[in-house]
Amino acid sequence: MAMTDTIFAHPSIAHTRVDRRRLLFHRVGKSAYSVLRGVIVIGICFLILHPVVSRIMISFMTEQDLFDQTVIYIPRQFTLENYATVWRAMNFAVPFFNSLRLTLLVSLFQVVACALIGYGFARFDFPGKRIWFGLVIFTLIVPPQTIMIPLFLHFRFFDVLGLFRLVSGQRGINLLDSIWPFVLMSATGMGMKSGLYIYIVRQFYRSVPRELEEAAYIDGAGVLKTFTMVMLPSGVPAFVTIFLFSFVWQWTDTFYSNLFLRNLLTLPRALNSLPLVISQQMYGEIGTLATMPPAMASMYTNVGSLMLVAPLVILYVVFQRYFVESVERSGMVG
Amino acid sequence: MKRALDPSVRRRAIWGYAFISPFIVGITVFFAIPFVQSIIFSVNELQVTQDGYELIPIGLANYHRAFFIHPQYNRVLLDSVLQMLTELPLIVIFSFLAASLLNQSFRGRTVARAIFFVPVILTSGVLLQLQTQDLLMNALLSAQAGMSADAAREGIMIGRDLAMLLDASRLDPRFVNYVISAVTDINQTVNRTGVQILIFLAGLQSISPSLYEAATIDGATGWEVFWKVTFPMISPLVLVNVIYSVVDIFVRYDNPMMILVRDVAFAQNNYGLSAAFSWVYFLAVLIILGIIASAFSRRVFYQT
Repeated sequence: MAMTDTIFAHPSIAHTRVDRRRLLFHRVGKSAYSVLRGVIVIGICFLILHPVVSRIMISFMTEQDLFDQTVIYIPRQFTLENYATVWRAMNFAVPFFNSLRLTLLVSLFQVVACALIGYGFARFDFPGKRIWFGLVIFTLIVPPQTIMIPLFLHFRFFDVLGLFRLVSGQRGINLLDSIWPFVLMSATGMGMKSGLYIYIVRQFYRSVPRELEEAAYIDGAGVLKTFTMVMLPSGVPAFVTIFLFSFVWQWTDTFYSNLFLRNLLTLPRALNSLPLVISQQMYGEIGTLATMPPAMASMYTNVGSLMLVAPLVILYVVFQRYFVESVERSGMVG
Repeated sequence: MKRALDPSVRRRAIWGYAFISPFIVGITVFFAIPFVQSIIFSVNELQVTQDGYELIPIGLANYHRAFFIHPQYNRVLLDSVLQMLTELPLIVIFSFLAASLLNQSFRGRTVARAIFFVPVILTSGVLLQLQTQDLLMNALLSAQAGMSADAAREGIMIGRDLAMLLDASRLDPRFVNYVISAVTDINQTVNRTGVQILIFLAGLQSISPSLYEAATIDGATGWEVFWKVTFPMISPLVLVNVIYSVVDIFVRYDNPMMILVRDVAFAQNNYGLSAAFSWVYFLAVLIILGIIASAFSRRVFYQT
């Protein structure tokens, strides 16, 4: 676009009458286009933000406002009572810190493992590399539900090469309801969507100029030292990206925690049973889902969701710039 | 072969294996073994005993049950394949257009980019689950926006106008219906494209500006630049995005098949049947991916 501008603006061409008209058309076309673009971009942003904003506004409404047809968007009786009720019912701090610990642990292991593996694929030549990388992609294609039952039993009767059975005579250790399945899987590049993260890191490192590494080698640094001193710091944008992805997906995950950690009260799980819990607290023993007005049950779930999302939004706003730029730099062509 | 004997090349190869060794352990223990086991489970009846589990071989009975006896399986399988085929083009085309828009320079671009990726957060895991369950909240939301009846009527009217317009053009009615559903379901499409936009955007950014310069100097119009430069350069990512979207649609939590597989395993404790279900499903996914990938790979342009 910029190129055509300069060509048209060149005095010797633009001064003839015909070209002036073309220049005018060109300008009009361009501004029409930017108006159109603005409309589309704002429209899509509206589509995305509108439900969020309405949910936030609704969360400040009293029950009365909720049913009042004349109350639109802005609550007439502004209240924080919904948040207080949900906070008490969830006992928010407990599931929050449970989730935080689990998510941080998993994400850190994911980043470390995928950094090593991705770097290995990006910078070293070894026999069978294409096959191994094909397998990385293959793990992404297989639905986790296909291997869910064997994995479940695997951790129920966990054993390494039958060693444990040899020693104790029992059939493996029960690792379910502990943090170990998560640690073991994410540390070996088999956690949730690890294949995608390995792919991102690999693409990122392929775009880093080789001269950087070669300089370090010439200065006499070994492979490990080059990796830790030169390549790890330059990979930070990619690590931020996969950390964010991993954090978001683990924070809201129910699949793996329902499979391996059935007794830990995570935030998503607390959220799932929220209306029932509130109902029981309000109406005592007879409290079931049916005793609460459905709109209120819905409202409490909504408030709970907002409280679940809030940390993610904060995280995203803090890292957003970093994140978008880093994805651009990684230039995922390949 | 001579290269392999060179000590420094060999050392590099060993380092390479050292770096990916966690993956080799992981894929063996937490992927390959369970993967094979799930085939074995699917031809057995699995009974949990006190000190482990027992497998009673029953041949292909689970598969027979899936196809010929289970009341829902065939329908759910067909439904999820059809759903994928309708959603896929919308997602890929929309994410490409969105990425092209976000790649241009205009005021507020950073903010727009940040907003376009918000759905990645808002539709992950339990949130998507809650949204699909919570129809009431959705009804309430549209009522709050003061657009319950009016907007619905308006939406239908727009749909009808569009339908009349397209009908007049004497296009295939199936195509017309598809376009209309694409317009009315735009919300859903927008919510499912965060990662895909990201991938396309990264690709667009990596196209060297000198290519565009060369094309413009040679007198190419914007239209020609798009088809001769942008599109070929981005085509490998179309394939990546198609594969990502297919897998994403197939394994997402609200996919009816995934719900069925989970229910059969954990609500009815029929592990063998569940394994058979998921295997047939996985093979269907694999066949579809194979067809798509081979159709695309001939048209994809690789720079090197």
